[in-house]
Amino acid sequence: MSFLEYRVKFVPTGLRKILYMNWPLVVLVTAVSAVGWLALYSIAGGRMEVWAGRQMQVFGLGAALMFVIAFVPIWFWRNMSLLAYLGSLLLLLVVEFFGTVGMGAQRWLELGGFRLQPSELMKVALIMLLAAYYDWLDVKKVSRPLWVAVPVLLTVIPTVLVLMQPNLGTALILLMIGGAVMLLAGVSWWYFAGVASLIAGAVAAIMLSRGTDWQLLHDYQYRRIDTFLDPTADPLGAGYNIIQAQIALGSGGWSGKGFMQGTQSRLNFLPEKHTDFIFTTLGEEFGFVGVFSLLVLYGLILLFCYVSALQNKDRFSTLLILGIAVNFFLYLAINLAMVMGLAPVVGVPLPFLSYGGSAMLVLLVAFGLIQSAHVHRPR
Amino acid sequence: MRRSPKETEDSARLTHRRALLMGGAMTAMFAVLGARMRYLSVDQADQFKLLAEENRISIRLIPPARGLIQDRNGKLLAGNEQNYRVIITREDAGDVHAVLARLAYVIPLTAEDLDRTAKEMQRSSPFAPITVADRLTWEDLSKVALNAPSLPGVSPEFGLSRIYPRDTDFAHVLGYVGPVSEKDLEGLDKPDALLTIPKFQIGKIGVERWLENDLRGKAGTRRIEVNAVGRVMRELERVEGDPGADIRLTIDADVQNFVQARLGDESAAAVVMDVTNGDVIAIVSSPSFDPNLFVRGISHTDYNGLMENDHRPLANKTVQGVYPPGSTFKMVTALAALKEGVISVNTTIRCPGYIEFGGRRFHCWKRAGHGQVDLERSLTESCDVYYYEIAQKVGIDKIAEMGRALGLGIRHDLPMSAIAEGVMPDKAWKLASQKAEWRIGDTINASIGQGYVLTSPLQLAVMTARIATGRAVVPRLVRSIDGRETAVPDAPRLEIGTEILNRVRAGMFAVVNAERGTAKSSRIVDPDMVWAGKTGTSQVRNITAAERARGVISNDQLPWNRRDHALFVGFAPYDKPRYAVSVVVEHGGGGSTAAAPIARDAILRAMSDGLPPLTAYPASQRNRIEAMLAKLPLRDATGRAPTPTRA
Repeated sequence: MSFLEYRVKFVPTGLRKILYMNWPLVVLVTAVSAVGWLALYSIAGGRMEVWAGRQMQVFGLGAALMFVIAFVPIWFWRNMSLLAYLGSLLLLLVVEFFGTVGMGAQRWLELGGFRLQPSELMKVALIMLLAAYYDWLDVKKVSRPLWVAVPVLLTVIPTVLVLMQPNLGTALILLMIGGAVMLLAGVSWWYFAGVASLIAGAVAAIMLSRGTDWQLLHDYQYRRIDTFLDPTADPLGAGYNIIQAQIALGSGGWSGKGFMQGTQSRLNFLPEKHTDFIFTTLGEEFGFVGVFSLLVLYGLILLFCYVSALQNKDRFSTLLILGIAVNFFLYLAINLAMVMGLAPVVGVPLPFLSYGGSAMLVLLVAFGLIQSAHVHRPR
Repeated sequence: MRRSPKETEDSARLTHRRALLMGGAMTAMFAVLGARMRYLSVDQADQFKLLAEENRISIRLIPPARGLIQDRNGKLLAGNEQNYRVIITREDAGDVHAVLARLAYVIPLTAEDLDRTAKEMQRSSPFAPITVADRLTWEDLSKVALNAPSLPGVSPEFGLSRIYPRDTDFAHVLGYVGPVSEKDLEGLDKPDALLTIPKFQIGKIGVERWLENDLRGKAGTRRIEVNAVGRVMRELERVEGDPGADIRLTIDADVQNFVQARLGDESAAAVVMDVTNGDVIAIVSSPSFDPNLFVRGISHTDYNGLMENDHRPLANKTVQGVYPPGSTFKMVTALAALKEGVISVNTTIRCPGYIEFGGRRFHCWKRAGHGQVDLERSLTESCDVYYYEIAQKVGIDKIAEMGRALGLGIRHDLPMSAIAEGVMPDKAWKLASQKAEWRIGDTINASIGQGYVLTSPLQLAVMTARIATGRAVVPRLVRSIDGRETAVPDAPRLEIGTEILNRVRAGMFAVVNAERGTAKSSRIVDPDMVWAGKTGTSQVRNITAAERARGVISNDQLPWNRRDHALFVGFAPYDKPRYAVSVVVEHGGGGSTAAAPIARDAILRAMSDGLPPLTAYPASQRNRIEAMLAKLPLRDATGRAPTPTRA
């Protein structure tokens, strides 16, 4: 609605849109993905067909999707927000009942050989809906309790569903995304202060409940926390990942052991080396220099998202881009902190690098939305 | 709704402010990650480089001793023995072929050994140790150790390997262990690190497989210092693992041995159960095989020999084999009809030797007919017509219901492989599996345990135990795990009247004790052990009308695999049941001649401390029995077989 206040006629039309896309972002995303292909090629012992080839195909598909989404006006996507949210919610319910169980948790739907994780979709849909909500809402009402309750509810419903899968990592990310968009939309600090103290209480409750009848988390989740706090207690069991990951990262040294020379990853010391722990391969083979360069690439992606968001005068677009940036950052930060031994192991992939179609596609769809907002920004 | 430009401006400014704040937080997080990375890969790099290097050889698993399996009295059924072997690590060996050639001078290596080693080397990474020779003597091992300087990359090792001291007796119960295969690892989300040890042995079938998690134990670890050529210099740290849990079965090894010997070379199965708690005392499938062969890696010749044998030694007939129960099923039909009240215990039916139905004749085994038959006589003389008639009155669904209540057509959950469910047919079953309506003729066939009815020897034993006690006894194979008793499964009372059950039991008593009983010659005369039972003879072929006209050919004249199956089920003592037994002799001929004597010996053995007492047998049979018992190839107290059973 607010969008109509701007002059639509300045928005580029037809194939000209391609000139107005945020090309630095496209290049950066492709560059990071290319690093991923290199790493996957190396981990597979110099073979394309194992992981890298498929990952490139998925990227190709995702990139095409990104361009298609970018060409569709952003106000169309805004109008789709509620639908996207309800659709994701439905899929979450479906996965609850028909999902495939993996690693002790229900997480994905098997769709003709393709694994769809509805929780991934939900992240983007939630950001869209919250952005659309605050775009619609009178800014004077933003901090009124009733109008704060709505987005809280919208965030909590999918969070609870994801938590029931049970997927603690994604549930936390959903909560943080919801909180971040609300914060950006201008909800009063007092709410956040209140929630923060509640969380502190909850953490205390969770840790105190352990071993009692009303234990709040699964045993394996407690074990992960234990292992995080003291990985050496069980060097061949759950602590193995953390220790081996750090050895891999550390042994890379300043400039790494060289492409395809990582002993840790090539000799199978690293579990999940092609998915959640792919960063360790890079650390081992390209060292601090390589890792630092990668962090710079990630930082640039976030920077360009920020610039695009802050230039944009449309409230929906701004919140959407920032929300997606936050989501991207959360993936990144949690994964890296986990790999470096700063956070417990919570099964979060490294964006654009980890092997896996679902996460990659959803990310590219999200970046398609950013591009659409950028192309169709009010001028 | 329109907003004032001022409001829009304000809210945008607020968003920008907060976005920048958030951006600051992100930058801070990036700084933390960068700093951590710097700490790991710059400050601590040397230490981690060392760790990565050490990694390749530092932590090794100590395989835990596999849990023992014992019989109910603690006799060893599966144990572990020392096993010496020689391993080679390609990376440390340098010129592998030269080293192997030198090794072949020191210890005898077959061409097969060298071949397999070469193949395995191509498959695995250069630093993975590969077993060159297994099951060496201590002398050979010492020779390798002495010649170590000229054999880089080669190291002697010793470990434990599985041994089954009572080889053939427990092959089907215990199964055997073998090296982990790709197939074993499939479907495991997070395989135990132990499974990645080359040649690590896990249970493949039977108790070894189904109780694998209890038996395996937990790996220990050792960190070792290794010199430049990969030889272990010293052990830095050793954390012992936990050995696997010892398991005690409910089986009595001596009874098992007796029954195995008694079945001899027949293709047969026998189950002895304690009816008071469901404990399986003996569960024997014959012929058997030596599971030790599989542990060592069975040769092609041996394996083909087992596969091609028409008596199917690899099949565990007690739970995997399903047979038409024949007349042993008659108790089920009778109990169903009595429970539903379509007949009373005193109803008599005339048997003219056959009935006609739908233009077909269903014959009684006695062509001349039995005349007037009541319940007891129908069991004693195994009249078929009586059951044809009562089955039509009660209907197949009620019979099937009774069959299931007695444990037929149900998968009894023992830790054994491929346990068959059998078939307890009813109308719904036929519609689902044969896509055809149930016909009265099917009921008539089923009434005497022919047609679609299929049961395993275990199910027949359970059925007998349930008839003997009136309780839904559930079989149990594991007595304790790691010293903890496993629970005796609940055995709720069956919903069958006591009077009815008593009359059916009386009929079974008459089968072995009455003058005209079909198994009269297999009676027990010792008053404390008197028993009851039922014979069964089930056809494996159809007898055509033409054949019948020519006179049914006797079993002796038929080729082995077309002869009838012989069955017997029984329980003892009659007044205070303790054991139930079922015996199936494939193509054995008649139940009374082929199966009943075996069942009697088996149940007497279960009731006695040693061999069945001769006083339990009718006086006229004692000489024959004594001679037969003396010739049985039984094991001695240590479990050793009298004549070598291994090739």
